[in-house]
Amino acid sequence: MPELIKVGMADYKVGRAPDTLISYGLGSCIGISLYDPQTKIGGLLHIMLPDSNQSRANENRAKFADTGIPDMLEELIRMGAAKSRLVAKLAGGSQMFAFANASDIMRVGLRNASASKEILKKLSIPIVGEDTGGNYGRTVQIDLSTGVYKVKTIDKGDKEI
Amino acid sequence: MSDDVANLSPVQMDALREIGNVGAGNSATALSQIISRRIDMDVPRVSIVPLDEVPDLVGGPDTMVVGVFLRVYGKAPSNILFLLPKESAFYLVDMLMGKTHGDTQKLDFMDESALMEIGNILSGAYLNALFNFTNISLLPSIPALAMDMAGAILSVVLVQLGQMGDHALVIETEFKTDDDGIKGHFFLVPDPGSLDIILQAVGVS
Repeated sequence: MPELIKVGMADYKVGRAPDTLISYGLGSCIGISLYDPQTKIGGLLHIMLPDSNQSRANENRAKFADTGIPDMLEELIRMGAAKSRLVAKLAGGSQMFAFANASDIMRVGLRNASASKEILKKLSIPIVGEDTGGNYGRTVQIDLSTGVYKVKTIDKGDKEI
Repeated sequence: MSDDVANLSPVQMDALREIGNVGAGNSATALSQIISRRIDMDVPRVSIVPLDEVPDLVGGPDTMVVGVFLRVYGKAPSNILFLLPKESAFYLVDMLMGKTHGDTQKLDFMDESALMEIGNILSGAYLNALFNFTNISLLPSIPALAMDMAGAILSVVLVQLGQMGDHALVIETEFKTDDDGIKGHFFLVPDPGSLDIILQAVGVS
């Protein structure tokens, strides 16, 4: 039986086909998936912040792009995924409320997206799908049988990336 | 030591609950006067919640809600979030705009503006009470509104707290009209550094 595995905020989960990994209600957070199409092993990470060095509470490494992505990568390799085959997809990073004088923290979605992409680039993992930005929430899921990454929204439609 | 709010004493929690009580009581009265209905209010919950569990307080991260967000400026910067389930928000709009219950099926510009004004009035009433209690003067920003998934809306305050710790201190009150038609959650989420200032002001730091 395929399982639906829930990924909470500031957490990641890994699995293999036929499971699906899902994370509900992302706003400025980002859902980053890594997937090996050959072994059908993959993971989904739900980060809140771009950089662990700018935070006073960085014990939970899955909260940040710069520590969460390498941690999940390591675990996938331990499970038998090959780094050279891994592809990344990401969605989220919106700004839910528009303020005229939006402070840095209000624009954290944007920074989350660019930090995530930068870290993936550094790790030489190609980004094959992206749906970031906007001002709306997203529920994201990756089907590990196919690698299809679905993005659901309330009134902006659903898409596959 | 407010970085990790997880170690507040029972006395401190009581003081915060009382702040919530006075603030929300004032807000409930204001709301009641606007819509001419009796409003029941729960005893405020003061909880220290792991960040990822905060959306569960309002039905889970993918629950559809309307959120009015205000940033609070002053000596104890905080965030205020007034969350209503979609149906409650629509019913409230019906009342505010003099429509029949069930008329509102989506929010137009005027409806949003009316709900933001409600958020504004409730926050003003809340912060006034907080001032009487603590002598800390706080000013709300103009309100912003979004209708979306609860997790997405709450992430606005959660990321700020996430920089400092893994828990949120939420002072939360549930409002209900007497016919149960409208339920709302009013959250006051002090910034991590603000908690000390509030506790000091009420003499339990």
